Amino acid sequence: MSSVQIEIQLIASLVAIACAIPGTFLVLRKMAMISDAISHSILPGIVIGFFLTEDLNSPWLILLAALTGILTVILVEFIQKTGLVKEDTAIGLVFPALFSIGVILIAKNANDVHLDVDAVLLGELAFAPFDRFLFNGIDLGPKSLWIIGTILAITLTLLITFFKELKLSTFDKSLATTLGFSPVVMHYGLMSIASVTTVGAFDAVGAILVVALMIAPSAIAYLLTNNLKKMILIACYFGVFSAITGYWLAHILDASISGAMTTVLGVLFLLVYLFAPNKGLIAVLYRQKRQKTEVYLLTFLLHLQNHKEESERHVQHLNEHINWRTVESKSILSLAKENNMIKIENDIISLTRKGKEFTTEAINYITTNKSTAIEDMKDRFFLFRG
Amino acid sequence: MSNRTAITVDDLTVAYNYKPVLWDIDLVVPEGVLMAIVGPNGAGKSTLIKSILGIIKPIAGSITVFDKPYKKQYDLVAYVPQKGSVDWDFPTTALDVVMMGTYGSLGWIKRPGKKQKKAALEALEKVGMLAFKSRQISQLSGGQQQRIFLARALVQNASIYLMDEPFQGVDATTEKAIINILKELRKSGKTVVVVHHDLQTVPEYFDWVTFLNVKKIATGPVKDIFNDDNLTKTYGINYKVSVQQ
Amino acid sequence: MTISEYIELLFNDYTLRTISIGTAVLGALCGMLGSFAVLRKQSLLGDAISHAALPGIAIAFLITGTKNSNTLLIGALISGLIGTFWIRGIVKKTHLKSDTALGLILSLFFGFGMLLLTFIQKMPNANQAGLDKYLFGQAATLVENDVWLMCIITGISLLTIALFWKEFKLLLFDADYTKSLGFNTSFLEVLITSLIVISIVIGLQTVGVVLMSAMLLAPAAAARQWTNSLSLMLVLAAIFGGFSGVLGTAISASSNNLSTGPIIVLVAATFVLFSFIFSPGRGLLFRQIRFWKNRKDLELYKTLAFMHTIAETHENISHPHAVKILNNFQGYTKKSLQKLEHLEYVTIKGAMWSLTEKGYQKAKNLYNQQDTVNE
Repeated sequence: MSSVQIEIQLIASLVAIACAIPGTFLVLRKMAMISDAISHSILPGIVIGFFLTEDLNSPWLILLAALTGILTVILVEFIQKTGLVKEDTAIGLVFPALFSIGVILIAKNANDVHLDVDAVLLGELAFAPFDRFLFNGIDLGPKSLWIIGTILAITLTLLITFFKELKLSTFDKSLATTLGFSPVVMHYGLMSIASVTTVGAFDAVGAILVVALMIAPSAIAYLLTNNLKKMILIACYFGVFSAITGYWLAHILDASISGAMTTVLGVLFLLVYLFAPNKGLIAVLYRQKRQKTEVYLLTFLLHLQNHKEESERHVQHLNEHINWRTVESKSILSLAKENNMIKIENDIISLTRKGKEFTTEAINYITTNKSTAIEDMKDRFFLFRG
Repeated sequence: MSNRTAITVDDLTVAYNYKPVLWDIDLVVPEGVLMAIVGPNGAGKSTLIKSILGIIKPIAGSITVFDKPYKKQYDLVAYVPQKGSVDWDFPTTALDVVMMGTYGSLGWIKRPGKKQKKAALEALEKVGMLAFKSRQISQLSGGQQQRIFLARALVQNASIYLMDEPFQGVDATTEKAIINILKELRKSGKTVVVVHHDLQTVPEYFDWVTFLNVKKIATGPVKDIFNDDNLTKTYGINYKVSVQQ
Repeated sequence: MTISEYIELLFNDYTLRTISIGTAVLGALCGMLGSFAVLRKQSLLGDAISHAALPGIAIAFLITGTKNSNTLLIGALISGLIGTFWIRGIVKKTHLKSDTALGLILSLFFGFGMLLLTFIQKMPNANQAGLDKYLFGQAATLVENDVWLMCIITGISLLTIALFWKEFKLLLFDADYTKSLGFNTSFLEVLITSLIVISIVIGLQTVGVVLMSAMLLAPAAAARQWTNSLSLMLVLAAIFGGFSGVLGTAISASSNNLSTGPIIVLVAATFVLFSFIFSPGRGLLFRQIRFWKNRKDLELYKTLAFMHTIAETHENISHPHAVKILNNFQGYTKKSLQKLEHLEYVTIKGAMWSLTEKGYQKAKNLYNQQDTVNE
């Protein structure tokens, strides 16, 4: 591995981490699409900033462009408040307009601006190591590394300092307000970080792929854990993993690095989406199937308890009145029998003592809306589960 | 009151994401009653109505409307959804919304004509909203929006009216106007089922009541079953009926 | 080039005419269907679908090796549909919220598409150039066949909307009620979504995947401000969309073939901005003016109501009272008293005022009217 390769992977990894941290909070706050809006609308800020500073890596340019990002958020919120259009439409109107201005500015000044449309969408990670940060003639490494490193350091400092406040304002806005943490400050603080990070990462991975780096690792982490700290760590881990794997994939295919990083993230998300232990598709489908059987069983037991008359407790009744298909009713019946909840005499079903106890308790839990407690109850009563 | 039953609910169980909200409900609504469904929040009142209308698919049980499945009886049932369930900023007028009540009887593709417009105007007049027929619906007050919804159901000219909290967020005048229309409907032999929140007004407004809290607690004439015992069973706390019956 | 020159060119230049008709038809189609998307609160779905279409274009090219736009569009359609269904799957079966699902599909599909595009660019195949136009759109590459396809799709959409007009309106306003009337709502929803996806896909060549969603939203959002009727909204959205297309093409064609997407979007955004501010019913300008006027009226009526309470203490409502009494009342000014006299609600004699019969009735009805008149 040459030093250029190492530097590229280092930059990509830092970008991934810097994006994953604000991304996690955006996903949790249901504002993922705001990152899409910011990443597009900073473009005019970058172009104008470039006219003024003539240096893509100037901190002034970064601040100016980040300001455009925050302006976008304010503009979107203003339009939402007017009630002229529905919430999402406001986002969908603002960013294409600003992005268009950026694209046109670039095209109009193609000769002066060292920016082209491909760079806007994909970034130029491959060239990042060639723009060196020189201090007194000493080579201190690529400029991008310094920029994204600084942003990451700021983000980390803020994250650690305000972790409690961020957590509270994300999960319980009203409590945060009563405790004196202004959600507005937190909101705009987060938006500012997201904007600055987007600008810093823009150079490396381009407008739309910033969105991927913000949302995808966080979404993957969201499917794997319920703990905020773990979620941030997992998101960072998957971000870095995709950065390094993506680099080598791009190397093999001789294609865009950021495109490859996103593709790796896509594959990772697909895998986690399918196989995540609790929240993955397969787990969810399996759980739903089991819950379905359980609800059917409970329904059936409750029915037996409610109806003393024999006509309602005949085996045939299951199909006719409760309106279940034969297969389902048979499996429910055998499940109840296996667990000694019912006994059948001459095709008439009645509850055993265990069945009665279980049903009574179950109803109690459900009518008092404590359906979580029922899980523990099921463990106590069931030997066989459907 | 006739001896026919308007709605029969048999062993109905409904679950959202396999979490039960209605459990083994048996319910018979006789024709010609004005019935309130009462119960605490989350008791499944709206769910019951939506299940009768086939909007929600139950996991067990069956429902019949005049002894046939609802699928064959669309034209016999009118529905007044909760006011908050729709976007009132939708670009349409009061008359237009009321006209929607005729769409069911028109069926697919066929457009409403003069006859439907006349019916809609009559319904608007009945709820006292004729003057507002060309108003954009967001420019109506909460009570007026509720009247529009009622008019839309009236246009359906159904035998059964199912209403989800028609008194929520309306002014006193509108509440009186609505209840008068409901009483009129009952007089002409229609069946009216209302999800209701205000226990105080149950004896005054209704002649039939169903207590619901996930399970059915009781159903019957208000004068027989609207008592502390059933209220306590439904709401879980010691309940005293403060209104003399 | 002046406007008249351009118009002359439009009539003489076959290519320019084809392109202009194409963008006009496309704009109208998107405006129309965009109205549905906006009212269904699915504004950002279009954004996700258009981005999700990119890998489909690249894969279709890799498989067939042709630049034939119809083949590529079929690829776009398939991957757009996969994206749409995956979004639904994520929202339905996992705890991830819809905004995350949209952002995920949008960026992941697009990133994959970009990977493929850069891969294709490096291939030793002379045929590869030109896929770039799907990023920001290049109306200049439209040929007659493309325009015919747009017209056919627009025709089918128009026919479908006309046929199911009543049902669509009902569904958009109140889905539960639609179900209760016995209509098959899933059929209608699939129909609307399919039309939206197809219109996005055929717009990609002209507007590009990055900005296609604005083509759906902007004309609809602008149209909504001018009317309270759904049918008129669709017509206006189609007109706004059509004009954005034609104007955008004109500007782009006359200035060095800039990508058409950004320019069309900016024209449409101008329509939106203008509508937000100047529409008489909902616009911000008139809203502010009404707000000032209402505040003035309110002060006037407050004074009148206060006078009413004083007048009521007397048997004769027109009994004169001293103006001095009003001085303690905050809503009162000399001007408002004059205004009230002008409206014939009060008469003033020297330092005394008295309520007229008209003023008395007005004040009495003030509270009842508040309900109905001042929504």
